[in-house]
Amino acid sequence: MNLSTADDETESIAIEDRERIPSWQDPRVISSYKRRRVEDFVIKILTTTSLVLVLYPLADILYRFAYRGLQSISLPALTQVARDGGLASNIAGTFLVAGLSTVIAVPIGVLGGIYLAEFSGRSRYAELVRFVSDVMAGVPSIVLGYVGFLLFVLYFGWGLSALAGGVTLAFLMLPYILRTTELSIRKVPLSIREAAAALGSTKAQLVNRLTFKLALPGILTGILLSISIAMGETAPLLWTAGTSQSYPCGLIGCPGGVGYLTRIFYDFLLNPNPTAEVQNLAYLSAFLLMSFAIGINIVARFGLRRISKI
Amino acid sequence: MADSRFEDGVYKYFTAMISGSILVIIVAIIALLVYAGYPSLVVNGFHFFTSSVWRPNPPNAKIITINGIDSLSGSSYGVLVFAADTLVSSAIALVLAIPASLGIAIFLTQVAPQRLAAPISFTLELLAGIPSVIYGFWGFVILSPFLFQVMEPYLAQHFAFIPFLAPPVQSAGLLAAGLLLAIMVVPIIASISRDFMARTPVELKDGAKALGLTKWEVTRKIVLPYAKTGIIGSMILGLGRALGETMAVAMVSGTGVQTLPTSLYFSVNTIASFMALSLGNAVSDPTGMLQAALMELAIVLLVITITVNVIARIVIKQVFASSENIVRV
Repeated sequence: MNLSTADDETESIAIEDRERIPSWQDPRVISSYKRRRVEDFVIKILTTTSLVLVLYPLADILYRFAYRGLQSISLPALTQVARDGGLASNIAGTFLVAGLSTVIAVPIGVLGGIYLAEFSGRSRYAELVRFVSDVMAGVPSIVLGYVGFLLFVLYFGWGLSALAGGVTLAFLMLPYILRTTELSIRKVPLSIREAAAALGSTKAQLVNRLTFKLALPGILTGILLSISIAMGETAPLLWTAGTSQSYPCGLIGCPGGVGYLTRIFYDFLLNPNPTAEVQNLAYLSAFLLMSFAIGINIVARFGLRRISKI
Repeated sequence: MADSRFEDGVYKYFTAMISGSILVIIVAIIALLVYAGYPSLVVNGFHFFTSSVWRPNPPNAKIITINGIDSLSGSSYGVLVFAADTLVSSAIALVLAIPASLGIAIFLTQVAPQRLAAPISFTLELLAGIPSVIYGFWGFVILSPFLFQVMEPYLAQHFAFIPFLAPPVQSAGLLAAGLLLAIMVVPIIASISRDFMARTPVELKDGAKALGLTKWEVTRKIVLPYAKTGIIGSMILGLGRALGETMAVAMVSGTGVQTLPTSLYFSVNTIASFMALSLGNAVSDPTGMLQAALMELAIVLLVITITVNVIARIVIKQVFASSENIVRV
């Protein structure tokens, strides 16, 4: 009984509705359609404008530093150490520090990522690790710099050194490598895991011979991008790496620590009257940093996507 | 069989132990900062959060001892100016960046043809990867002089009736920092919101189109509600980035007049930029109180950014969508 009355009601409402809906020739409909078309067009213009507004300063940054950087590029600037007015020692320092942090962060991050992707299941512990690493990714780099200063420079007594800077940067890279490794391994299709299980492979065999290899391009992408982040960082190194004017002599114990590319800007900032040479070096180092970042990004996003089988 | 199970077990617990290193690191970070900031926590107490005066080295200071901890007489450590500058510059950045980023995300997912959208998305991700110090240097050599010499005198002259725009023009200041931070967070907000907007099921969109909705109506009524959490999350991540940004702000911050800002032309000392510029002075204080106070500043910044990131993480379950989409947040 109830059902049939309900049906009747719906039907009657539907009929009333149909009567209320104006036909498309109704002037109200035509004017509202015009208004909606205009609205749509305005939004199209606005979104395009916002893109242009944002791309303009970004294009200005790219153009200006490429132009001024290429202008100030010269063999002495690239081959002489900072004491003689070149960038060679800073370039060497940047690669040394970034290399050290990569060597430290990659094994920890990749093994940890394998755990999160393959062995963790739904454990509370893994959820905590994920949560903490996502939060760690948002810790400001200057805070990491202060921690590196306290722990490595003061308490461990390494002083301003490549090692102190490298380990501090490793803290910065670790969360990215951890999470991107996990995500890349998780992307491996279930069918591959099922096939391996059907053939009787152990979990260790599955991980080592299949999922890790298939996920490798993705893992490398994450590693490369985090290296690019590390190379461009300044704040974690300010109070850990130092300001040496010559080539790094070793991991610790060099007088003045190690100089690096981004340091140029900090000194530039503190220098009230930079000379033309100092300005040229700053532009050149901006150009180099930009090229490293863009080069690594292109290799990571384009090159590795090509060779990925999944 | 037993062997392989043993091997798997070793593998599992070994990698689990390694992944735990991140927990050790975060605990170590917090413990170290609290340990090093302890003298300041004890001596400065609530004064630290209610005072706007940061005067580590008053003239003719003598070493005094409070609760067994040495400090300089007449010194004052207050976080208010730095906290205000941090919040205001980030707020300006978000106000400018959010509409622009959403515009870009809508353009990329709804308006632009695929042939155009793909290279623009790629460019945006590339720009998110450019070091912040480069943006800072650009701000230092291009943006600040332009604002200080052209834009701000003009604004102060013609728009003085608008609050926060009245003269005097002291430095490129807050406006420069806000603009620069906006430019830096746009790629973050835009690329994350775009990812979430692109995940809208095509059936929903097609259905709406079949009912005669315009593109904007589809966006407003289907896509934006569907991607709401992702968009909000991306804004919070952008906020986190702006709050913690160090070098870019330090490079446009002007000549450190430490007062609470009352116009857009005030020089900025955000917590992060002040930290970057000040640790070198810590040796000037023989009692070590300045270093302890700087560590307390680091704790304040850490608490703020961790809170923001925890909220972001709760809103969007997954911060990183894929290995190709990592941005420094």
